[in-house]
Amino acid sequence: MSRAYRLVPFALGFGTLVILIALMEALIRAGVINKFIVPTPLEIGGAFSRVIVEEDIPHRFLVTARESFWAAVLLVVVGVGLGVLLYRIQLLRDATETWVAALASAPTVLMYPLFLVIFGRSEKTIIMMGFVAGVPAVILKTVEGLAGTRRVLIDVGRSFKLTELQLFWKILFPAALATIFVGLRLGMIFALINIVGVEFLINFGGLGQLINDLAERYDLAGTYAAICFVILVSVVFFFLTDRLERWLRPAA
Amino acid sequence: MAETGRLTAPAAPLFGPVTLVRLAIIAAVLVIWEAVAASGLLFRDVVPSLTVIAQALVALLADPTYYWNLGVTAGEIGVAILIGGLAGLGVGILLGANPLLARAYEAYLYYLGPTPKIIFFPVMIMWFGVGPGSKIAMGVISCFFPVALSAAAGMRGIDKVLIRVGRSFRLSSWQMVTKIYLPAMRLPIINGVRLGLGVAIIGTLLAETKLSNKGVGFLIINAYSTFNMPRMYALLIVLFVLSIGVNALIGRFGGVNTTTRR
Repeated sequence: MSRAYRLVPFALGFGTLVILIALMEALIRAGVINKFIVPTPLEIGGAFSRVIVEEDIPHRFLVTARESFWAAVLLVVVGVGLGVLLYRIQLLRDATETWVAALASAPTVLMYPLFLVIFGRSEKTIIMMGFVAGVPAVILKTVEGLAGTRRVLIDVGRSFKLTELQLFWKILFPAALATIFVGLRLGMIFALINIVGVEFLINFGGLGQLINDLAERYDLAGTYAAICFVILVSVVFFFLTDRLERWLRPAA
Repeated sequence: MAETGRLTAPAAPLFGPVTLVRLAIIAAVLVIWEAVAASGLLFRDVVPSLTVIAQALVALLADPTYYWNLGVTAGEIGVAILIGGLAGLGVGILLGANPLLARAYEAYLYYLGPTPKIIFFPVMIMWFGVGPGSKIAMGVISCFFPVALSAAAGMRGIDKVLIRVGRSFRLSSWQMVTKIYLPAMRLPIINGVRLGLGVAIIGTLLAETKLSNKGVGFLIINAYSTFNMPRMYALLIVLFVLSIGVNALIGRFGGVNTTTRR
């Protein structure tokens, strides 16, 4: 019963996807949908291996991964650092927390022409755009996590006469870890979106540039295949970080 | 007998400590900016003087073509929110009302939502051309996901008593949607629209920076192409103020605190 309970929705979802793909194939073959605008799913599937080999997807993937890694490092160092600072200095937190939240809702990715001027058409621009997009979420969640530490835990630490540093590493940080990770996950999702987006917009870097390249060459099947590949990468990334977050959450 | 005077609260200082810290931060940023502009440490004109930026801001706000381009972008975003928001709302209500459909399809929305939508732009150009259609389409696919997911969550969060009351009055499906579901889902929907608006603005404007000859995105990339840095700063300032302002306005409309997300 429980197995069927799990399988029916999966079969329905996956079955719908397969039917939609088959329907697209049929409509394109019948000429209802213009094949010069939408290639058939079979052509797109066939283009996967070509794009992976000819366009050196592994290398492009590594370029995007490298940019994402450095953006993540910046998010951890600067984002968590600023979050800890705001937690420690209440006045600064009261003064700036609304600004950080406002920054989170601002379309910062539109600053990419400005970053192009400052850092040039390079990986630095892409990394910084990823960082800027993700840092407000990391700061806010770090403050939230630290401020949400149970009072009794802090009091226990003080009764053991822990120094401020010990109190942070032994009590506050472990208690806030799950929430900080939520912030890092959100920040890294925003960063990844911006990194691939800016790669596409400035035609530089890894996977984003590949889509732009293929589209400019009017390689339709290749463009669709590359888009599917990027979607796959972001879904896998999102899924893995989601699982990691769920694994961390009970520890809090 | 002791004289009893009237208790009076001490006069509040003109500026509280929080305001003073804010003013100090703003002043520090402006001073550092001006110092960097005057020092020549960065490439000339990358960090223009504040007075130059202020002049560009005034010139921009007095420029009729800016308002025309702003109107174009606002129109594209408005249509995108209308189409994407309504589609998201419909899908969200459907998924929220039917657990089987939710378990079958919601994972796809959940995992596709955070993908970078700008990569669909070449496809949108092929489908809808280089005009406003492709920009609207970018806005639509950007805002659809947050609205749909918020509406589905909001639908599931409706008090079951309200639904039973609606059914006991033998309301039709349409009446259930308009009299029970939508009023009860006001906050999640407004939250979804706020999120959707934010990403629709980004999607539309990024598309304009990539390929367009009108709109605020075009103005920004045009300022970059002509290396008119003061104008670019002015455009970004106005855009940020407008985006944050509209976001706060929608939040206020729904009684949502727009800034504190804790």
